[in-house]
Amino acid sequence: MPRTSRHARELAVVAFAQSDHRRRTDELSEVELVMPVLHEVLAATGLKAGEIGFTCSGSSDYLAGRAFSFTMTLDGVGAWPPISESHVEMDGAWALYEAWVKIQTGEADTALVYAYGKSSPGPVRDVLTRQLDPYYLAPLWPDSVALAALQAQALIDAGDTDEPALAAIGARSRAAAGTNPHAQLRGTLPQGDYQVRPLRTGDCPPIGDGAAAVILAAGDTARRLCGRPAWITGIDHRIEAHGLGLRDLTDSPSTRIAAEHAGVFEQPVDTAELHAPFSSQEVVLRKALGLGDTVAVNPSGGTLAANPIMAAGLIRIGEAAARIHRGESDRAVAHATSGPCLQQNLVAVLEGDPR
Amino acid sequence: MSKEPVAVVGIGQTKHVAARHDVSLAGLVREAAARALEDAELTWADIDAVVIGKAPDFFEGVMMPELYLADALGAVGKPMLRVHTAGSVGGSTALVAANLVAARVHGTVLTLAFEKQSESNAMWGLSLPVPFQQPLLAGAGGFFAPHVRAYMRRTGAPDTVGSLVAYKDRRNALKNPYAHLHEHDITLEKVQASPMLWDPIRYSETCPSSDGACAMILTDRAGAARAPHPPAWMHGGAMRSEPTLFAGKDFVSPQAGKDCAADVYRQAGITDPRRQIDAVEMYVPFSWYEPMWLENLGFAEEGEGWKLTEAGVTELDGDLPVNPSGGVLSTNPIGASGMIRFAEAALQVRGRAGEHQVPGARRALGHAYGGGAQFFAMWLVGSQPPTS
Repeated sequence: MPRTSRHARELAVVAFAQSDHRRRTDELSEVELVMPVLHEVLAATGLKAGEIGFTCSGSSDYLAGRAFSFTMTLDGVGAWPPISESHVEMDGAWALYEAWVKIQTGEADTALVYAYGKSSPGPVRDVLTRQLDPYYLAPLWPDSVALAALQAQALIDAGDTDEPALAAIGARSRAAAGTNPHAQLRGTLPQGDYQVRPLRTGDCPPIGDGAAAVILAAGDTARRLCGRPAWITGIDHRIEAHGLGLRDLTDSPSTRIAAEHAGVFEQPVDTAELHAPFSSQEVVLRKALGLGDTVAVNPSGGTLAANPIMAAGLIRIGEAAARIHRGESDRAVAHATSGPCLQQNLVAVLEGDPR
Repeated sequence: MSKEPVAVVGIGQTKHVAARHDVSLAGLVREAAARALEDAELTWADIDAVVIGKAPDFFEGVMMPELYLADALGAVGKPMLRVHTAGSVGGSTALVAANLVAARVHGTVLTLAFEKQSESNAMWGLSLPVPFQQPLLAGAGGFFAPHVRAYMRRTGAPDTVGSLVAYKDRRNALKNPYAHLHEHDITLEKVQASPMLWDPIRYSETCPSSDGACAMILTDRAGAARAPHPPAWMHGGAMRSEPTLFAGKDFVSPQAGKDCAADVYRQAGITDPRRQIDAVEMYVPFSWYEPMWLENLGFAEEGEGWKLTEAGVTELDGDLPVNPSGGVLSTNPIGASGMIRFAEAALQVRGRAGEHQVPGARRALGHAYGGGAQFFAMWLVGSQPPTS
């Protein structure tokens, strides 16, 4: 039994798969990007798509460059006979949240969650400007790196970090990714030139394409499908004001509220998978989550080593779960973010049965 | 494990029009949300979470607009989810919100769907570039017209049926103050004389492009007990999806639609939908979809749906009123259209539908579909709480 489940039904991540994340995948359609990871998670549990109680995906039409892009990708599930299915135009972590809610209602015992994104077809820094307030901000085309640089400078000005400390985050992440065969950037890499001061190349995520999938299961079904299920004992997400001038960029109150509701602070965690596309954002999240030096932060290499947009948050949950599956963690926190400068944040606590 | 009963205690819509030049996207959604709160006599502080839906982001040119709209919808500090399931999204969004209450994750949830179609051209926004589809397949009408033709051929329906639906829905819309099209001089002859767009679909048998938003407040049993007006109770809800194109797909009566309806009826204890359901808000963007969906949803035997329409059964004063609000044929802010169907069904069983009220409606079905007739979302609401 999980120790601190906060909701009616016990529910666990029982399988996780991700693609190798790469700078370009011109030879693959999105369906071809997604299908191998779908097959991999299904094979890991022995389930067929038609046996899954609920399916939910996360993606973005703007990355795909056309309306209703997910309708084609659904074909990759092999969705016949008709399935109970939904889609969020958000990172796959929120698709997992919708699936978690569905299982909590008792209407499903298992769920397949997947997410994918190809950033390579367009200039992703420009594309992401279209997320901004369309009347006042988007017409100025401030790109995602420039906005993150504002946040990084605010942190430096507040004395929360400095450029060497940021460089160390990038170096640590990419060194950790040395053991992650799916990561895009691995090993010792130069910190590089300034992209937008104070952020250098090594403070910024790679641009890449990738996909991920997770299977959730409730109670005894989870125990049957997985040797050591990663029980989701709490999950919550919160959003903040959109305008950067309305927020203290050195803090992330939405992460803290979500963490409180997910039960993060009730017991220590040993692992944190943080969706921090920029090194400076790890500083903000560590503070909001109260993570000490004993916590393994982003042992997968995190988003600085591979950043398939729309899947990167789901991958954080998957990586945390996989460590529990492997017996490398007993209580982990996984985090996903959306929007400029950590506007929206999701926090999940995953626990393994006591050993 | 028993679910928490879900009640609709607040409903708000904007007056749907071709172009709301007077409001921003934020202003548009806030107007509908404020009206829903007013109906429920609640404030923004009473809302625990926000679930928002709309059709593709390309329609307004804003990627993931929930980020920008968080402030306008009072979501700051709260959970906010964004659903996108093509044309069925308004229905799916309401169901995701309802599940939050049913699972006892939140007590009171604001759900809202919108579209500001005047920001772009929806027809070309939906016309995918070659090679994703064949040339000359402009907009949704180009996709659906062959399936209407297939229905006519399969059932022997006379070619007058489509115009009867359009004439009915446009007259019903005259009784709905929020409907987009108010054609006071509408006649059956005018519908039949309107230009042919995608044979057999005429101009007056197609939906308009609207700006609009629809919001609902969903709450648990305790919230319903505090509500100032009678709530609508959810008795069943389901989503089903099937692929866009595959050998063996029945575009006239997709299996996903049949399965979705069957799941909703099972949850709600409906064994004879034709007798037990008092009003239907059905997603009919092209008039011929009324007889087609009557069959798909189990209100008529296969091949018989057009006979109900022809006999006047689906008129506002008929035995099974379909789209008393005027339906999608009179109002189509695409992302909101499904939620409007769900909300109008709820208005009927709350007895708050005004001039287009079906007298004594106790059970009503809200229905939405999207994509290539592949995504379905439905709910059945009643004037009484569910017994199980």
